[in-house]
Amino acid sequence: MKAWDAIVIGGGHNGLVNACYLQRAGLDVLVVEKNDWVGGAATSRELTPGFLYSNCSYVCSLFRPEIMRDLELPRFGLQVISYDGGAVFTRDGDYLANYRDHDAHRREFARFSRRDAEAYDRYSRDVTRQCRFIQPLLMRTAPDPTSFKPRDLGELLFLGKKFAGLTAEEMALTLRFWTMSISDFLDEYFETDVIKANFALSGIIGTALGPMSPGTAYVLLHHYMGEVDGSVGAWGYARGGMGAVTKALAASFRASGGTIRTGAEVDHVLVRNGRAKGVVLAGGEEIYGKLVISNADVKRTFLKLVEERELPDIFLRRVRNFKIRGSSGKVNIALDSLPEFPALPKDSPVYRADMHFTDSIERMERAYDDWKAGRWSADPFLDMMIPTTLDPTMAPPGKHFMSCFVQYAPPKIDGRDWTDADRDGFAESVIAQIAAYSPGFRDRIVHMEVRTPREIEAEVGLTEGNIFQGELTFDQLLFNRPVPGYAQYRSPVGGLYMCGSSTHPGGGVMGAPGRNAAAEILRDLAKPTSHMSPAHDVI
Amino acid sequence: MAQATRKKPIASEVDTALEARLAAQPHFRTLRLGTPFQPRIDALGLKQDWYSWAGYRAPHSLWDEELEYFAIRSQAALFDISPMTKYRIEGPGAEAYLDRVTLRDVTRLQPGRVHYTAWCDDDGFVLDDGTLFRLSPTRFRLCSQERHLPWLLDSAIGYEVSIEEETEAVAGLALQGPTSFAILRDAGFAGVERLKVFDLAEFAHDGATVTISRTGFTGDLGYELFVPADKALSLWDRLMMAGELRGIRAIGYTALNRARLEAGLIVANADFTTSEHAIRADRLRMPDEIGLGFLVDPEKGHFNGRRAIFEARTKKKLRHVLVGLEIEGNIPAEHAIVYYRKSQEVGLVSAAMWSPMAKRNIAIASLQRPYGDTIVDDLWVEIYAMRELQYQKLMKKAKVVQRPFIKLDRRTASPPADF
Repeated sequence: MKAWDAIVIGGGHNGLVNACYLQRAGLDVLVVEKNDWVGGAATSRELTPGFLYSNCSYVCSLFRPEIMRDLELPRFGLQVISYDGGAVFTRDGDYLANYRDHDAHRREFARFSRRDAEAYDRYSRDVTRQCRFIQPLLMRTAPDPTSFKPRDLGELLFLGKKFAGLTAEEMALTLRFWTMSISDFLDEYFETDVIKANFALSGIIGTALGPMSPGTAYVLLHHYMGEVDGSVGAWGYARGGMGAVTKALAASFRASGGTIRTGAEVDHVLVRNGRAKGVVLAGGEEIYGKLVISNADVKRTFLKLVEERELPDIFLRRVRNFKIRGSSGKVNIALDSLPEFPALPKDSPVYRADMHFTDSIERMERAYDDWKAGRWSADPFLDMMIPTTLDPTMAPPGKHFMSCFVQYAPPKIDGRDWTDADRDGFAESVIAQIAAYSPGFRDRIVHMEVRTPREIEAEVGLTEGNIFQGELTFDQLLFNRPVPGYAQYRSPVGGLYMCGSSTHPGGGVMGAPGRNAAAEILRDLAKPTSHMSPAHDVI
Repeated sequence: MAQATRKKPIASEVDTALEARLAAQPHFRTLRLGTPFQPRIDALGLKQDWYSWAGYRAPHSLWDEELEYFAIRSQAALFDISPMTKYRIEGPGAEAYLDRVTLRDVTRLQPGRVHYTAWCDDDGFVLDDGTLFRLSPTRFRLCSQERHLPWLLDSAIGYEVSIEEETEAVAGLALQGPTSFAILRDAGFAGVERLKVFDLAEFAHDGATVTISRTGFTGDLGYELFVPADKALSLWDRLMMAGELRGIRAIGYTALNRARLEAGLIVANADFTTSEHAIRADRLRMPDEIGLGFLVDPEKGHFNGRRAIFEARTKKKLRHVLVGLEIEGNIPAEHAIVYYRKSQEVGLVSAAMWSPMAKRNIAIASLQRPYGDTIVDDLWVEIYAMRELQYQKLMKKAKVVQRPFIKLDRRTASPPADF
């Protein structure tokens, strides 16, 4: 019976990145994916004829350019188009836009507040400083602070030096930034509700926290530390939808000799004498491998795929307590024409970027109150985009695909499971909000896919539908991600590794967890890593 | 009170504010605004050589770079300074407030006078430099390169003062050069001959008021004129008509930039990085590190950054110095690295040119102390001169010299001469 050098459970972007790097190091790698397609939460699916849906993740910024280059993703079709702007509609019939042009951006803010318009430079400077601090940490394994191994000491020293390199004021800001709420953080710069709401959205996306919850300032940073072609903080559309990322990864993997099996759901990891020996598929088929790497989140991996008796008690308790709470849903819509927003001029660049309807932090917090009470938000927060304004490949000419990220959606409704009626009610809250700003919107809908945490967990496998495979709060970052003592992609089971977003540096379509895990595996195998580029310099 | 602008508005004010907001929406269609003088400048912009000055379409050069420069030095040059940031600072507490915010002693700035100054954050790092116009005992105008409204408003807490950004409302012109006085006189600004350097006065123009100050950025005889935006074109025409026989010419920034360098003047975010824009902490600069130590008044009371500046002086923590350099040869050393003994990197040239007036190769550079401070010998600049796709690498001797690089008696002569 064949024993693969490595079996990767799950064909999400991190699983594929991991598999690519291992295959290119000369290992014989198998990726097993439960769905009939690869991609995990980075997919493009034709759910109605002629329309491609980015039906989970929908924009790209965090994906590391070093990985794109190493794995030759452009050759396999990946193209990322950086878009400009975005806007928040206000209830009084106006909107606040963001423009890439610095002075247009200032003039736009000045429509609401001359003071806040001129506060943007300082805000931008401070956020950029924090991004520069954290960026070099993304492509490195987090140090184990309790270890005396030279490498851990070296990494700790790197972290310490980075921190010591900050001025006293920056150190204070860094600590505050990593712990404070996005609302408090923005209060230090801005006074206008809609301007604060405009920035606060990056602090709550994908997070079961409100804008007034401590820890949300870091979530904003997490959304700013990406880049498109060197433009830090920029976001873009993957041409052909987010599935283009994983499609390119899969093609790169196959081109280097890797094997992918779709429609192959793993029932459990085969463990003998405390060591992973392979996986058992849902149908009972056993596949043997010298190493097993799980792209699934830490809860799914260790509470569903590994038998409890194989795991230490404290580890198990910490995994159970790992926060991976469902907080969001998705409504994906095929439209027979471009919607009109009377508040927005027809030639506005805003149509090409993210649009929102939540014009105050207070409203965001109230939406979060519904989540705490076990309901979807009556007045939800939407991150709405129409990628077909820049990407002609996702819908027939003149027709459009619209992606609506929706927050908040709890993992359970009043303590019970979601029903189809709940799902429809959730969708109605979204459509009603859009239609309030876009008359005739309902008539343009050709097809719609509604995904609550129930659907996301069932299809993608993300526990509770949490898009980050675990909250990005400071207690679950760096050497505490996913749990203390196991932040270096290894697990209590010999030969079983983690490579998903539950590990450092966390969620988003970044690829860094998959890449860093590959580096650790190759280290354990004493194989060279010369095919892995180090992080680009931050100068 | 400064805080008055933050009060909750009443209902009718809300409607007006919304109307104003909606009316301003279409700005996204004009990414580069025109200034109030744009119709005249466009007509003269034969080269169509524009750049963005704070979001405005401004000319690098209009018709001939060389002759535009010599308009400053030989005739009179008209340069549009409308994009400069302007704040109106007014109230019984304005003097005390500005004394607290800026480096120089504002209590000694008389109404009708202007002074060049700078202001710092609490750590003593320079936020910007600019000119402060005292229009009346209780009314000031602060002009600068960058924008500072949050800083100015936050600093106003506790002072009886109102602060308003008036960049768009007020148009500005610099009229610089030997015949500038004669032109103003001929244009009918009676009494303008009484203006000494850094004096200002108000004159009638087209049913409104123009503020004329004997100031400028060229080191030459010259004036700056501020006028309500709707009177901009009539002011332009008045000057152009009066100046026709005295060689008046509209110019772009390239010519002005040459004149300012000869005058040894620095430009924010060109010769130093302002503290609200410095992403890298080692780019921050105290006044003493960019040649502005002379603005710091140790005699006056507390001002922003005072403690930090004096501590840095006492503890010798100042790490940089800005100097004027005279470089052998005639190849401009723009952005060249400065070396000590041809080998040790000690700084960078931020602006450089061959000076037609001084007939010398001049530069402004930032050096790491003690170089440029106590060690001024054996300094060199490495010039990479691209010539037909090859770098000619030159190592040229640099001498630290006093700024300004040129000193023109006509700049300060009183009464001004009629050339």
